[in-house]
Amino acid sequence: MSSILIIILSLCSIGIVAAIILYLFAQKFKVPEDPIIHDVEDALPAANCGGCGYPSCKIFAEACVNSDSLDDLYCPVGGQETMDIVANLLGKEVKQTDPRVAVIRCSGSFENRPRTNHYDGASSCAVASALYVGDTDCPVGCLSMDDCVEVCEFEAIYMNRKTGLPVVIDEKCTACGACVEACPRDIIELRKQNKKDRHIFVSCINKEKGGIARKYCSVACIGCTKCFKVCEFEAITMGNNLAFIDSDMCALCRRCVTECPTNAILEINFPPRRTKTDEEKKTASDKISEKVKTDIKE
Amino acid sequence: MRRNQALTTYKKGGIHPAEYKLTDKSPVQILPLPEKVTILLSQHIGVPAIPVVSKGDTVKVGQLIAQGKGFVSANIHSSVSGKVVKIDSLPDLTGYKKSAIVIEVEGDDWEENIIQSTDLLKDITLSKDEILEKIRESGIVGLGGAAFPSHVKLILPRDKKAEALIINGVECEPYLTSDHRLMLEYGEEMMVGIRILMKVLNVRKAMIGIENNKADAIYHLTDIASKFPGIEVYPLKVKYPQGSEKQLIEALTGREVPSRKLPVDVGVIVHNISTAYAVYEAVQKNKPLINRIVTVSGKSLKKPSNFVVRIGTSVRFLIEAAGGLPENTGKVISGGLMMGKALNSLDVPVIKGMSGILVIPEDETKRKPIEPCIRCSKCVTVCPMGLEPYLLMSLTQNGNFYRLEKEMVLDCLECGSCSYICPANRPLLDYIRLGKTDVKKII
Repeated sequence: MSSILIIILSLCSIGIVAAIILYLFAQKFKVPEDPIIHDVEDALPAANCGGCGYPSCKIFAEACVNSDSLDDLYCPVGGQETMDIVANLLGKEVKQTDPRVAVIRCSGSFENRPRTNHYDGASSCAVASALYVGDTDCPVGCLSMDDCVEVCEFEAIYMNRKTGLPVVIDEKCTACGACVEACPRDIIELRKQNKKDRHIFVSCINKEKGGIARKYCSVACIGCTKCFKVCEFEAITMGNNLAFIDSDMCALCRRCVTECPTNAILEINFPPRRTKTDEEKKTASDKISEKVKTDIKE
Repeated sequence: MRRNQALTTYKKGGIHPAEYKLTDKSPVQILPLPEKVTILLSQHIGVPAIPVVSKGDTVKVGQLIAQGKGFVSANIHSSVSGKVVKIDSLPDLTGYKKSAIVIEVEGDDWEENIIQSTDLLKDITLSKDEILEKIRESGIVGLGGAAFPSHVKLILPRDKKAEALIINGVECEPYLTSDHRLMLEYGEEMMVGIRILMKVLNVRKAMIGIENNKADAIYHLTDIASKFPGIEVYPLKVKYPQGSEKQLIEALTGREVPSRKLPVDVGVIVHNISTAYAVYEAVQKNKPLINRIVTVSGKSLKKPSNFVVRIGTSVRFLIEAAGGLPENTGKVISGGLMMGKALNSLDVPVIKGMSGILVIPEDETKRKPIEPCIRCSKCVTVCPMGLEPYLLMSLTQNGNFYRLEKEMVLDCLECGSCSYICPANRPLLDYIRLGKTDVKKII
């Protein structure tokens, strides 16, 4: 009986001594931390995606607390709501930032862009892009090897096997920018999110002259400047045989989409047009492409 | 030849791929002139050359058409006579567009100061500096494959001294025989070239390393070398990648070049055997680097041969000369079977560093499905640099670039031994190469 008592008592005393030592050390080496950091971290979405430019949500929270203004800090996943909460907690001003969404600036599907050779090396866009031009002649087109799909933490992007092009699911996309960084060809762009997820953008980044670009891909931007001329809002800029639509200026009027002779400008999530039937549309676009062909020849 | 001595080689790793030297008995043929040539402006490691001719100009064979910019760069000369029809961006060997000069061939009109006769000029009359200047002017680059400007390699850092010159006649790649034929047919010219390099480097000793599978070349060169003091031929055990600079130095001298150091740090300079021949032509005959020997080979080809080709001739022209492209072709490779790269078009030009064109039938090009790593460590055993390829691959896939750098990924010489040996068919080299480029970005 006494031996059990001795064991219990000695263990308890060791425990008490150890607790005292731990307490003293904890006091001695205490790292003072602003409790507000914890609150800010709780307000963040805890995705740890790195979209803000910081390695984790906690470090972003520290940056928010320690910096003078929140101007350069933005959590793309939480968006404006989260940033408003953070600003409230810290009593700082926050500027309004429009939510963004990723778009794929390439329409070179199997149909539009003929494959000239076959790649069977390691299945990674980064590897293939470093090796050579890819299985089409287009030096900037999509390589269809899933680098962007693998890197997405939110499952917001998938590869359409029929076209060989990735597709962004707008509702899930948080514009963290991981895919933009992963794409070795810089096809993916973050653009302003419009009402009902509508987008109008030039779905090509080929800077070759028109004739050469058309040889690679039937839906390439040929730099004809037709969209530039028709745009009333000065949203379109031309450079290096390529049109670019500024998403902040674009009023979504769709005039450039109708004007584009190669269908390089895409409209997404728009209701179908009422005026023309499909057949009429087809003949119209045929006429236009014929006209462009003669233009190029001249 | 030191017949009684055991053959040497390097210690770490190495593999023995099947040799397939189909063309080692076929003499070098001079290829007829093509209709036009496309001369790329970045055929060497370093800054691309700047064109000094413009569209419409008439050029002669051997005329300077693009000037090397900066120290690590090389001049480029016209390989044909004719009219410059285009200076534009054209696809290079990778398919990406690089600036190039296109010349339409008219006749064969050479610059006057080039000596076209084949007589052997043995006496080296020029001084060291004059030779160096001539090598730089002639746009000579390492012809073993890397195409590093030769004059840069010949100017030693001030505090360092070379004891010996090593001449690389190993040619360890399967199929390739261009150096082998050069040694047999132009042995004496090459020896004069080696003497010139020795004079520039101020060394008394030159060692020619040749693998034991080229017995005829070893005997032939040993005979000639007896007439040239200081030059000795060393037969080596057959092992891939012995043609790599660091491996060859170890095989010949027993010295290991430390990581991130140059051969000159262990007192040697390495040049390829065809570079020595190009130096002879440049210094003794004023002929810039405008042609080279290219092996066109492959089991399915009708007439595999060794050709003397003008730089800028299209690969299609070469394959036509070798009997045309067989129907069952799966891949056309520029360079050797192990380190060469597959071409995505036959309309790319021959460049200074291209030692061979290989036509591989379709059934041999198929990659087997990739399986998980079974930790057999075969890749570690064969790596000639003592790296751990399986680790480098997974580090690249995980984006751990700081660790990659610590694991000496930059020491990898991309010989492909790991991918060759892997029983799980893992694309080790593909990822290691990607890791190398990524690590170069952060340091």
